[in-house]
Order: sequence, then structure tokens, then C-alpha cells
Amino acid sequence: MSAVTGPAPAGVPAAETLGARDRRPDPVQVRCAVLANEPDGAYRRLVLDAGEAARRALPGQFAALAVGEPPTAMLLRRAVSIHAATPGDRRFDGADTLEIVVAPHGPGTEWVTRRRAGDVLDVVAPLGRPFPAPEVGAPTVLVGGGYGSAPLVWLARDLRDAGHRVDVVLGAASRDKLFGLEEAAAVVGPDLVHVTTDDGSAGLRGRVTDALAPLARDGVVVYACGPMAMLRAVHEVAAGAGGTSWLAVEESMACGIGVCMTCVLPVRGEDGVTRMTRSCVEGPTFDGDRVRWDAISIGPGGATSAVPADCLGAPVAAGKGH
Amino acid sequence: MTTTATSAGSAGPAVGFDPRTAIGTLELKNPVLTASGCAAAGRELGRLYDVAALGAVVTKSILRDARSGRPTPRMAETPSGMLNSIGLQGPGIDAFLAHDLPWLRDHGATAVVSIAGNDAAEFAELAGRLVDEPGVGAVEVNISCPNVANRGLVFACDPGSSAEVVSGVVDVVGGRVPVLAKLSPDVTDIVAIARACLDHGADGLAMVNTTLGMVVDTDTMRPVLAGVTGGLSGPAIRPIAVRCVWQVHAAMRRGDLRTAPIVGIGGILTGLDALQFVLAGASAVQVGTSTFHDPSAPLRVGAELAQALAARGFAGVADAVGHAHTVLAREGAR
Ligand SMILES: Cc1cc2nc3c(=O)[nH]c(=O)nc-3n(C[C@H](O)[C@H](O)[C@H](O)COP(=O)(O)OP(=O)(O)OC[C@H]3O[C@@H](n4cnc5c(N)ncnc54)[C@H](O)[C@@H]3O)c2cc1C
Ligand SMILES: Cc1cc2nc3c(=O)[nH]c(=O)nc-3n(C[C@H](O)[C@H](O)[C@H](O)COP(=O)(O)O)c2cc1C
Ligand code: FES
Repeated sequence: MSAVTGPAPAGVPAAETLGARDRRPDPVQVRCAVLANEPDGAYRRLVLDAGEAARRALPGQFAALAVGEPPTAMLLRRAVSIHAATPGDRRFDGADTLEIVVAPHGPGTEWVTRRRAGDVLDVVAPLGRPFPAPEVGAPTVLVGGGYGSAPLVWLARDLRDAGHRVDVVLGAASRDKLFGLEEAAAVVGPDLVHVTTDDGSAGLRGRVTDALAPLARDGVVVYACGPMAMLRAVHEVAAGAGGTSWLAVEESMACGIGVCMTCVLPVRGEDGVTRMTRSCVEGPTFDGDRVRWDAISIGPGGATSAVPADCLGAPVAAGKGH
Repeated sequence: MTTTATSAGSAGPAVGFDPRTAIGTLELKNPVLTASGCAAAGRELGRLYDVAALGAVVTKSILRDARSGRPTPRMAETPSGMLNSIGLQGPGIDAFLAHDLPWLRDHGATAVVSIAGNDAAEFAELAGRLVDEPGVGAVEVNISCPNVANRGLVFACDPGSSAEVVSGVVDVVGGRVPVLAKLSPDVTDIVAIARACLDHGADGLAMVNTTLGMVVDTDTMRPVLAGVTGGLSGPAIRPIAVRCVWQVHAAMRRGDLRTAPIVGIGGILTGLDALQFVLAGASAVQVGTSTFHDPSAPLRVGAELAQALAARGFAGVADAVGHAHTVLAREGAR
């Protein structure tokens, strides 16, 4: 069974995306025992006994973890990509497992990386839109920046099984921040894995786009996950070569399930209309051609989005919106 | 094969306890509702559980026209809370009536529709569009938004503006569904605002909305939110909200204010949190930000509150409303 779902447009109204033509599984809220927590370079890789959440997950979806000892002062869940979902995982007595890769960033993710086998995590998953499928036979390139490669290995396997050529580009600041090198090589073969680091400590010294450029040709479908600046650069290379880019963005999320409207970015819908679009339900993967890059600023504190003047419901006159 | 994965958020029913409550003429199967802006229009939570089991779904505030909301970042986590500056993003009332209300109706949910407008006339227009729609259980008037005509001053910060909006809505609704006025805690005298709303026909009060706050990023040395300031919510504001409910209910007991149902809102995460509001004077409560922490919170709090009330010997919700005032009065009499 291929877990990759058919193409689904970004930015269509909620009523439509959540309707019958949306083939995403419903999420579940589960209390998951931690089965393993191992270091992997600069990251920790956790295996969770996730039951129904593991049986439903598709590549490109994410999990939202409650963090801190209850009653926690950290109210908001932390979003992490699902690295693997293995129903009947033989390594763990046939448990239905979800694997996640966590970079200790602030107090919440640090708390997660300190969990030990037997500890319990409250998880809502699977969330978000899975990676859409490419056209039959299209060549594909998967680009991961840092832990951004976490959801891509699974996708690589599905694409390979569906008969696509799959190149994998992994990039990071330094060797310890690369993730998934061996796993990717095992899926697509070492020759099709291309590595770049900013400091040259592994692979080519440079950016992922240096490795992507020679692979990007007409009809290529690029899947990318990583920081916003990288996603924009990947989109430019893919579009410049006549290809498509599917970008998994990382917006700050308060709920992860589509009820709060914090995680939005301006995206043009199928109807050509730009909306402030929720990345937790309509995303996290968006068509790079539809993202309103003109309204997105990328600074040291991360990416921020303005409301484009032609956005649906944009303030009409200065000072009118609030 | 065994799995430790279990469905979260289940608490058994409290035997012999009557969980029903009422907001004016609206009968609720239990006293725990979602809070506006924290459950969209129910559909997303409906993917996780049956929203018909909730006291009611309170919708995101509906506006006349589509609104994009503010730029990002729109949120910041704070100790036991969060700031948001969404800016009332929504598709407008036409889309709400076409897609969301029918969904709520089809799924058996009790819908409390929150409305917001730029001026009193817009509020009245929205109420008029809603009142005869099947499935609208009550209208919650979100007066905690800026009044465009009055220098952007929040309606709920001024008794005159609050009264104008509420009376316009009450006239249009004509008693067909209860009208709740949603108050802001950012006022000097919450009883004065409550009085303005009740004197002009509101059937009940929803209190409170978020309180204004702000966070500065010490790395970039600028405000975190694109909108600079935002609304603070979550357990961090619970003591403020309980105090507001207490003061308004106390005024009702004294006879300074017409008696009307109060819906308590602010930082409710557990049944005991909800119980504080009931004891202070609320007939029902709403669970907002905690839904982000635990999507099942509105359901779980309902079950926990019923158990907590039953354990304290109350036969129904109504018996416990304002009980902390009674306890205090009894002590004073001794
Ligand atoms: C769809 C998605 C997939 C992700 N996948 C992974 C992954 O596989 N591995 C991983 O290590 N991290 C991943 N992240 C990033 C991770 O969610 C953040 O690093 C984390 O939320 C930071 O929390 P903190 O308490 O450690 O940091 P703090 O900075 O203390 O967090 C404070 C608040 O800001 C939010 N926040 C801060 N940084 C981010 C960010 N980069 N993205 C979203 N919210 C943020 C937090 O949720 C929290 O509410 C992903 C984010 C998203 C949206
Ligand atoms: C993200 C977010 C959006 C909100 N949107 C609205 C809204 O549209 N209308 C409204 O009346 N209140 C809105 N509120 C306020 C809540 O309904 C509630 O009054 C407040 O958050 C306090 O309750 P809580 O601590 O349980 O969240 C919003 C709150 C949050 C956190
Ligand atoms: S994170 Fe709440 S709507 Fe996306």
C-alpha cells in the first residue's frame, strides 16, 4: 500500500478541505509510553507506543506533544514531524510505534528529549496534510535541512516503491546536525544521497541548493522540509527549472488541530484567492508556487508574514483592521 | 499484542447528579461549553470526539465580512498562559451560514454563535441574520472588540457603548434566543458594565474575555507579536476571571444588579477550576485555551465538574451556583 495521498490544493476554505474529498485520517489523542530514547547526532530519536495514531499516520504528518509535568505551565503542545509509523513493530514486541526526532531547542523540546523508556507522553496525531503524490513517473528530489529530513525517509521509501527516481539532499550547518544519512542511503542507494554542510565537515561545503540545482530539471517534483529561508531557496531552484516544490513549513502553532488561527501564512488557493491559511490543517506542506513569498520576511527571529493587500478580508483602509 | 496507548480524557458519569443547567431559555445538557475562538465552529474537534456531548459549541466570533486577521507572529506562550493577536480572522457570516451552522446542526451540537462588529448597527445586522436560523441556541455578543466609531475604544470598556450594542441586538432578537454579553476584564468597574448590559436587555453575561498583555523578545529586542499587544488567556488569568464573576454575582445578591445567569470563562483546565467559577456565581463555564493543551478538555472538565459537585453533596448545578457567597454570609452571621 502506498501511503502517499493524491494531490490536494493548498489554501482552499476549511469547509472544503475537511470535507469528503479530503482523505486525511482523523487524529486521535493517545497516551503513549516511550519505548526508546536514543541519541542521534545533535538530536534524540524517540519511539512511542502510539496505538491507533501509528496505524493512521501518513508521511508528511506531524504529532503534537503535551510537554511538562502536569499541571504544566507550558500550555501549548509542541509539533514534531512523524519520522516513521510502524504498526506491529517487530523491534518492540509488535507494538504500533511512532518515531520522532527532536532537537532540544527551548524548555518544551528539552523536556521531551529527557523522557525515559516507560515515561508517558500525551500525543495528538496524526495531524496535517500528508505529502501529496507526484505525477506518475516524475523524478523526485527530497531536500531536508537539519532535522527537517525526519519525515523524508519514509516518503523516500513510498516514492521508491511507487517507481519514482528519488534523490535525497541532506544539508545542515555541520556533520552532527545531519539527520537520516544511513537510512536514506539504505532506501535510495548511497549514490543518490547528496550531502552538504555549511562548514564542510561532511559532504559538499555549501547549501542544499548547490546540490539540488544539478538535479532540478523540467518536471522534477521537490519535497523539502527545513527552515523557511531554505524552503524559499529550494522553491526558487525548483521553479526556475520548471519543476514543482512541496514545502513543509514550521509555523508557531498554539493548537495544531485547526481551531486557533495562529499558524497562518498567506497562500494562494486553487481559486487564485490569497488567504491567511492554517499550516496545521491545510499544511504543513504547501505548493511553493502558491506561497506568497512577497509577504513573508525571514529574519533572525524566524519568518513572519504580512497580510497581502489582495488577501481575502485584508484591511481596506489603514487603521480599519484591528 | 498489548499496547499502553489509551484514549485520553475519559471520566465516568457522576451517579445521581443532574448535570443540566440553563442560560435563560436555553437548556444545556451540561454546564461546560467551548470558548469563542478556541474551538472554531466545532468541526475540527468533531474529528476527535462527538461535539454533541458538549454543553454547547461557542463559535469563533462571526463578522459580517471576511477578515484576514493580523500579520504573524500571532501568538506567544507565557507562564501558564498565552498571548494571541488573531484579529478576528474569519470568512464572514455568509460562509458561516452556508458551511458551519449546518454542520453543527447536522451533528446535533448546541450552537452558541458569537458575533462581533465594527459598530452597533453591524452587531444588530448579524443578530438579525442569525436569529431565525435553525440550530442557533443563543447569541453571544463579543463586545470586547474595538469600536471603530469611537477611536477604536473597546465597546466593553465603556458602559454607553456596551449598552448601545446590546440594546440593538436585543431589539432584533426579540426574545427568540437568549443574548449573552461577553465582558472584558480590562475595566475599573466590571459591575457597571454588567449593569449597562443587563439594563439593556441582555439575558446573561459571559465573563471574561482575554486581558491585554505583551511580551518583548530579548534576542531581537522587539515585541514578539506582530500586533505588539495581544490578549492573555489560560490559567494565568483564572484568578482575575473568578474575581470578576464573584463581584458581579455579589452585586446581584445585594440587589444592585438584576439577577441573570453568568457564564464563567478564564483559565479553566480541570473540573475543580470550573467549580471555583460555579461557587463564585457562574451557572455554566467555557473552556478556551486549555483546549489547545488538551483537545478533550471541554468534555473532560464537564465530567470532572459533575463528579466534584456530586462529591460535595450537590444534587444539581443550580444548587451550587454562588455557594461560596452563602458560605461567607453564614460565617459572617455567626
Ligand atoms: C509541523 C512542524 C514540525 C516540526 N517538526 C519538528 C521535528 O521533527 N523535530 C523538532 O525537533 N522540532 C520540530 N518542530 C519544531 C518544534 O515544534 C519547536 O522547536 C518547538 O515547538 C519549540 O518548543 P520549545 O519549548 O523547545 O521552545 P520555545 O522557544 O520555548 O517555545 C516557545 C513557544 O514557541 C513555539 N515555537 C518555538 N519555536 C518553534 C518552531 N520552530 N516551530 C513551531 N513552534 C515553535 C513553541 O511551540 C512554544 O509554544 C516542528 C514544528 C512544526 C510546526
Ligand atoms: C486564540 C484565541 C482566540 C480567541 N478568539 C475570540 C473570539 O473570536 N471572540 C471572543 O469573544 N473571544 C475570543 N477569545 C477569548 C476566549 O473566548 C476566552 O474568553 C479567553 O481566552 C479566556 O478563557 P481561557 O483562559 O479559557 O482561554 C479567544 C481566545 C484565544 C486564546
Ligand atoms: S495551530 Fe491552531 S489553527 Fe493551526
